[in-house]
Amino acid sequence: MEPGDGYFGESHEILRQTVARFVEREIKPFVDEWEEAGEFPRELYRKAANIGLLGVCYPEEWSGFQSDIFHEVVVTEELTRSGSGGLAAGLMSHGIALPPILALGSKEQKERFIPPVIRGDKIAALGITEPGGGSDVANLRTRAVRHGDHYVVSGSKTMITSGARADFVTMAVRTGEPGHRGVSLLVVETDSPGFVVSSKLKKMGWCASDTAELSLDEVRVPAENLLGQEGAGFYGIMSNFQKERLHLSLMANTTAQLALEESIKYAGVREAFGRTLKGFQVTRHKLVDMATLVEVSREFTYSVAAGIHAGKDMIKQVSMAKIFSAEICDRVCHAAVQIHGGYGYMRECLVERLYRDSRILSIGGGTSEIMKEIISKLIL
Amino acid sequence: MKSLVCLKQVPDTETQIKVKPDGTGIATDGIKYVINPYDEFSVEEALRLKEKFKAGEVQILSVGPDRATEAIRTALAMGADKGIHINDEALNQADPFVIAKALAAAAAQVEYDIIFCGHRAIDDDFGEAGAMVAELLGLPQVTLVTKVEISEDKKSAVMERDIEGGKETVEVPLPCVVTSQKGLNEPRYASLPGIMKAKKKPIDKKSAADLGINAEPKLQARNFTMPAERQAGKRYQDMEPADAAKAVVQALRNEAKVI
Ligand SMILES: Cc1cc2nc3c(=O)[nH]c(=O)nc-3n(C[C@H](O)[C@H](O)[C@H](O)COP(=O)(O)OP(=O)(O)OC[C@H]3O[C@@H](n4cnc5c(N)ncnc54)[C@H](O)[C@@H]3O)c2cc1C
Ligand SMILES: Cc1cc2nc3c(=O)[nH]c(=O)nc-3n(C[C@H](O)[C@H](O)[C@H](O)COP(=O)(O)OP(=O)(O)OC[C@H]3O[C@@H](n4cnc5c(N)ncnc54)[C@H](O)[C@@H]3O)c2cc1C
Repeated sequence: MEPGDGYFGESHEILRQTVARFVEREIKPFVDEWEEAGEFPRELYRKAANIGLLGVCYPEEWSGFQSDIFHEVVVTEELTRSGSGGLAAGLMSHGIALPPILALGSKEQKERFIPPVIRGDKIAALGITEPGGGSDVANLRTRAVRHGDHYVVSGSKTMITSGARADFVTMAVRTGEPGHRGVSLLVVETDSPGFVVSSKLKKMGWCASDTAELSLDEVRVPAENLLGQEGAGFYGIMSNFQKERLHLSLMANTTAQLALEESIKYAGVREAFGRTLKGFQVTRHKLVDMATLVEVSREFTYSVAAGIHAGKDMIKQVSMAKIFSAEICDRVCHAAVQIHGGYGYMRECLVERLYRDSRILSIGGGTSEIMKEIISKLIL
Repeated sequence: MKSLVCLKQVPDTETQIKVKPDGTGIATDGIKYVINPYDEFSVEEALRLKEKFKAGEVQILSVGPDRATEAIRTALAMGADKGIHINDEALNQADPFVIAKALAAAAAQVEYDIIFCGHRAIDDDFGEAGAMVAELLGLPQVTLVTKVEISEDKKSAVMERDIEGGKETVEVPLPCVVTSQKGLNEPRYASLPGIMKAKKKPIDKKSAADLGINAEPKLQARNFTMPAERQAGKRYQDMEPADAAKAVVQALRNEAKVI
């Protein structure tokens, strides 16, 4: 970290300006259209890559850029400030797809899979969740059977972010015994025969990102696409949960912050009973409650990021941050819609989208209940 | 091609400006600062010249308090090579004349083929620094420039500048001072790799004494006030259109006194 107030130094502030400007120019003017369309143009990956956004915190060896966790924080926060959580989730889906390759992959695998994504040429997705279950990762059913120098993979995955157009999916499959020891990670290239995007899912929120159900019917995957050893998949998946949950917490805080800002603006101009909404003590106090929750949550999340940066085990805290931030995001967005009255229920109103986008945050990347299971094992 | 780019850090256009209660200036807390947009055009143009000639240097020159390093560093992150930061308590209340003195004195200590200034700074809007720097250095100046073509031998340039209702094309010997206008180019982003590289680029700190200047300001700001708040609009309704038009014209002439 560099000197600066709190967690951010000069380079973070400059990066923040860069990303904010990128969002202002390249995203905001079109984001309503992309939310309707259910995806954003593929070329946005390359545009983001050109200014280094996809390579934040990846080793230079693999086309990334030396940076620290607070640079990542800045990128996530500013992309979320586009007002479209889906945009941020879709554009950064490699943030969950590449870490297992970094953690388990060989030099050749890293060289093959990481740089094209960081350059914006290829799209990467992470495929863990199955129609039969998402929380219970250890019981996943997609099967990969070794035949000579190939695995033959059959099964299905669902709710995969960027799944409708990913070039490859870092996929959790069962290669062995039941339970977590039988889980492996395979990089499945989506142009392989037998791989089908069976459905592009329609969602409540995160609408600008494509989310897909994938079906695999005897897909032949070269054995050289296995990450690490057979049975190492569960570890590979778990190794990135800390970061994923941090980013979801940041998205929650930023979504709530936007809802708060919109509400403050609206309360200053909307009139009822001869005064602005700010003129009602009940509204003022509601806004103060919202601001307090957002600030507390943000500061806690930053402290978790600092802990991760310092190399500490932050599993307990990051799980708490995810539960807390997602919950305050729901509450703040709910209040924001309330303050906007009937307009808050209308598609043209930003808080309407924030309210919908908020809902995923206590589900994706591990549900709040699963977070509580993790924490209870650590503190009880 | 060696360019010297004068750059000012200014409050972001999005910032809500408030005047201090005693009227001595604007309240600075909570203000977000950025590079003056016209100076960003300068940085971009200087970078393009260096890229075109495949040689040379882009040097940033700024007068401002500690916080101004961020603006210089941003220009370095865009690709500039080094910076000079004139940071002196005595210059904090400076007028355009004193600023121009400082810029000219610093410029006299370095090599350049061309000096870029923004045609104005969006905070105090004087639009004087560039012209005065040229005068103080005895250089030709071209203002409100929207296009720069440097000759192969780097001895002269053809430039396009904004004039009322059109463009004027002028030829100027180098070195010269250019003031940048909107339309000159589309500035690039400071990329993440650029930002990380900029950390290691040198910024030379200078005081007024280092430059040997102790100029007296010619201008003194007496008082700052906010523009009067806009009055609520007036409606003319439930009238025949012709009567409404008459009433509006009357009001514009007698009350608003604009026609
Ligand atoms: C928009 C979106 C994008 C997504 N992107 C991806 C992606 O890119 N890749 C990917 O692999 N997955 C992705 N997912 C899937 C996501 O990770 C799962 O939805 C999540 O893990 C929950 O799994 P599930 O939906 O199967 O719910 P279930 O596991 O069926 O859970 C249902 C309910 O039961 C609760 N529950 C389960 N177990 C317990 C327990 N032990 N104790 C108490 N309560 C329990 C859960 O908390 C939940 O409330 C995405 C989901 C969405 C909605
Ligand atoms: C889907 C939908 C269908 C609708 N259908 C109809 C319909 O068929 N016919 C119809 O006439 N209308 C309809 N409406 C409008 C609806 O009745 C209004 O949205 C509602 O009465 C609130 O008014 P408003 O939206 O103007 O909010 P505002 O009155 O502007 O209120 C904004 C916020 O300020 C708060 N507030 C206002 N006054 C006070 C106060 N004194 N003290 C504290 N807080 C205050 C409100 O509670 C709210 O949180 C519909 C709205 C929707 C969203």
